[in-house]
Amino acid sequence: MDQHLLSIVLFTPLAGFLILLLIPGKQKELIKIWANLVGFAGFLISLPLVSRFDKSISGFQFEESFDWIPSIGAHFHIGIDGISLLLIMLTTLVGFLAILCSWNAIDDRVKEYYAMFLLLQTGMIGVFVSLDFFLFYVFWELVLVPMYFIIGVWGGPRKLYAAIKFFLYTLAGSVLMLLGILTLYFQYHQQFGAYTFEIADLMKLDLPLHLQQWVFWSFFVGFAIKVPMFPFHTWLPDAHVEAPTAGSVILASVLLKMGTYGFIRFSLPLLPKASVDQTIVQVLAVLSIIGIIYGALVCLMQQDWKKLIAYSSVSHLGFCTLGIFALNPNGIAGSVLQQINHGISTGMLFMVIGIVYERRHTREIAEYGGLAHVMPKYAIIFAIAMLSSAGLPLLNGFVGEFTILQGAFEASHTWAAFAVAGVILGAAYLLWLYQRTMLGQVTNGRNLHLPDLSLRELAIFLPLIAWGIWIGLYPKPYFDILEKPVQQIVERVRPDYYQGGPQRAAATKPAALQGGVQ
Amino acid sequence: MSQFYTSTDHFVLLPAIILALFGCAILIFDVFWFQNPKDRKWLALLVITGLAFTGAALVRQQLHLTTENLTQLTGFGGALTIDRFAIYFNWVFTLATLIVAIVSYHYLEIEGEHHGEYYALLLFAQCGMFFLAAGTDLVTLFIGLELMALCFYVMVGFLRGDKRSNEAAIKYLLLGAFSSGFLVYGFSIMYGLAGSTNLVAVEAAVKAHAGEPLVYLALATTAVGLLFKISAAPFHMWAPDAYEGAPTTITAYLSVASKAASFAFLLRIFGPSGPLAPARDSWEPLLAVVAVLTMTIGNLAAISQTNVKRLLAYSSISHAGYMLLGLIAGNDTGIQGIAVYVLVYAFMNLGAFVVVIALRRKNIIGEDLDDMAGLMYKSPGYAVLMLIFMLSLAGIPPTAGFLGKYYIFLSLIETHHYLLAVIATLYVAVAIYYYFRVVKIMFVGELTEKAALSTSFGLRVALGITGVLTLAIGVYPEPILRLAQNSLLR
Repeated sequence: MDQHLLSIVLFTPLAGFLILLLIPGKQKELIKIWANLVGFAGFLISLPLVSRFDKSISGFQFEESFDWIPSIGAHFHIGIDGISLLLIMLTTLVGFLAILCSWNAIDDRVKEYYAMFLLLQTGMIGVFVSLDFFLFYVFWELVLVPMYFIIGVWGGPRKLYAAIKFFLYTLAGSVLMLLGILTLYFQYHQQFGAYTFEIADLMKLDLPLHLQQWVFWSFFVGFAIKVPMFPFHTWLPDAHVEAPTAGSVILASVLLKMGTYGFIRFSLPLLPKASVDQTIVQVLAVLSIIGIIYGALVCLMQQDWKKLIAYSSVSHLGFCTLGIFALNPNGIAGSVLQQINHGISTGMLFMVIGIVYERRHTREIAEYGGLAHVMPKYAIIFAIAMLSSAGLPLLNGFVGEFTILQGAFEASHTWAAFAVAGVILGAAYLLWLYQRTMLGQVTNGRNLHLPDLSLRELAIFLPLIAWGIWIGLYPKPYFDILEKPVQQIVERVRPDYYQGGPQRAAATKPAALQGGVQ
Repeated sequence: MSQFYTSTDHFVLLPAIILALFGCAILIFDVFWFQNPKDRKWLALLVITGLAFTGAALVRQQLHLTTENLTQLTGFGGALTIDRFAIYFNWVFTLATLIVAIVSYHYLEIEGEHHGEYYALLLFAQCGMFFLAAGTDLVTLFIGLELMALCFYVMVGFLRGDKRSNEAAIKYLLLGAFSSGFLVYGFSIMYGLAGSTNLVAVEAAVKAHAGEPLVYLALATTAVGLLFKISAAPFHMWAPDAYEGAPTTITAYLSVASKAASFAFLLRIFGPSGPLAPARDSWEPLLAVVAVLTMTIGNLAAISQTNVKRLLAYSSISHAGYMLLGLIAGNDTGIQGIAVYVLVYAFMNLGAFVVVIALRRKNIIGEDLDDMAGLMYKSPGYAVLMLIFMLSLAGIPPTAGFLGKYYIFLSLIETHHYLLAVIATLYVAVAIYYYFRVVKIMFVGELTEKAALSTSFGLRVALGITGVLTLAIGVYPEPILRLAQNSLLR
């Protein structure tokens, strides 16, 4: 059991998907129950990963490997380290909650809907566990098709436009990334005389800087579109606005992380010279900062509630990429944690808007106002989600943003200054949104009799809120889990980093780790 | 050449003999025993039997090569060569003919043109393809090409009562004859240089005369003729019309088998040990331009098509562009890529056409994109299979189509054709747009017309084979890759 635990986590949704196909489409209730069961089981099964994970080991755990396509050197090789562990837990939990929150929202083509979600779930977990580039690429592409259908079939009025835009953008990025992968693969053959897609083997490559730069840019296109970094973000607002609630939740919470995960897992360790190249670091940092500020400014302009949350993702993910390219332990660990935080808080925010959309079928901010009087429970939940996204101390968002800012400050004071401005803007647009929708008098008569949260709806939020508060109050276990893998990556990219004397080494420990919440 | 017809000659020629004999048998049986059109479906069984024997002959040849540890076996004084390359391609032809034959009987009945000679023509065409894959002599190759093409001219115009079919046949015939003229012109110059029609002799002559204007002339005219056959731009104009007008079964056959055969032919002439290989420096840039143009025209024109057959025609043009890239790279990976591509393309494209065939019902032409609207809610199985074929044609893993593209991209990178690689990959994103127009209308479109699809036992079997293989090869491609690796031209 233990040696196949990861496979079981990976293939549980796929097995659920195959069985779901056998259920006749008319049995809507049965299909819903089954999909929820599979989602819940998927989450439960992934829990032992946490309890059996040994955070004192650097390197991968729960590894499984066997030959898949020997003639091209592709292996079925999976395994996780701390970074992927956190992302997998996020995936299994949010995946389950997304399935749960669709119970009433989706009444049309129910079977196909849940089938797509379960398939998507396997694809996403697969991306985070693959240690073989070929396998990774297969999962990476596998995610596109179900997401296309989720947006394109169950989405809003401009769903088809949004769905194909999402598909085309991501596909264009990923095929260019494929060229980068193939270049590494070919170079490995040149240097070692064997074909392999194993990440561990490809790390042995010693490539000249200019080649690394080319490969870096090809990876960059693939990952940056997924994240999405400015200026590749234009697919995101469309996809988010048109997607059904659960689709937006998954898209924001998990799918976007595939891009940042790609940078951390592949770009940095495989292309260390290019990753510290000043031009590249500058470009990435500037794009991240533009993303942070621009995303926030657009949020301030938005009339559409859901679009506002969508653009806030651009801003928040800018922090994550900035943290990565600060290239120090604080930056990277903060970035990973912030990815989890963003998954929690933005996931909640999309569910929040989904709930009023189900009741009112409009996303115009101006249509709402004073909802706190009508839906008090709802207002509390929204407040927590909003504050966690805005980075209020004691909630999760603060820990991540603070650590990233530390990392950014260490790398460049200018970056940190801009990023802090982004934090302030973030608080501004979120608070203003809350004020316009929740506070004051009920201005719109149609909002007077909206029902408050049902038990099921409340249940969807509770795990995420609990998780958010946990991270906010006591983030140490998370930094412990991240310490080894992050250290490994930093050592790989900047071999001299940890040799900078004891003073330097002390500064490298994530701050939150030393003293809990600051 | 002491003896006119040795037992080796016979052994080498065996698949072609079987195909020709069964073709003739079908013609005779048709006249004497199958007067009633209803009975003619048994002729399809005869085709299957013939293909089974052909397959057995191929297996025997393969075993002979393995046990004797030979790389090739030549017959007729070097005019025919059986090597793993030829056997591999012949398997592709055999599979394509098989699938086309089993979907044809029902389709032809609906079209009201069920005649015995159709099946005979299928086998004769495959006989021509055999010579294209196995021929190592200019004359043999040319005769093979004409045999195949003549059969296709007739089959494209097989719907005698249909204007489009007639128009398609005339167009195809005129342009086809024209391009054959170019080809023969090129061949005659090569013969003039070498004093022999044998490919080995021609190669030596081309090498000896390197840089002379005559070589360029031969190169240019041969290239024009061949590019026409694989429907590469700017010689692709016949394809959309021929594809649209031809009976859909023949469109499928034309796009798969004829294309595979033409690529085998192309590789015999331009491939690593072909007669024009020494002049690679002069034709490589030329073909690179042609390949980019082909992908551009194929992909861009496909976007605006409303007829599924035309859409698939343009998609087939763009696929020819991808396969050409393998030849431009020209290393082992590239050639292997073409071999893999041809095979997976056969399955996915035949599958897609089989779905279109199922849409043709009595009084419903079923070729328009709109005819597919809401297919998911009428026949979910067909819709899902079509989705798999479309994904595969676009080259999305884990479907078979990805492997073809994978090898082509890899070969381009190995030979440092980075720009071509970038262009080729970006066109994948363009292609997904029009393939997903089909998907979109099947899954999101409103169901307008409720008539059930026309289906038959053969059609379901064909769909099953192509669908399962398209997925299975994508998930576990090892056996196919081994096969293709062994089929390399040396």
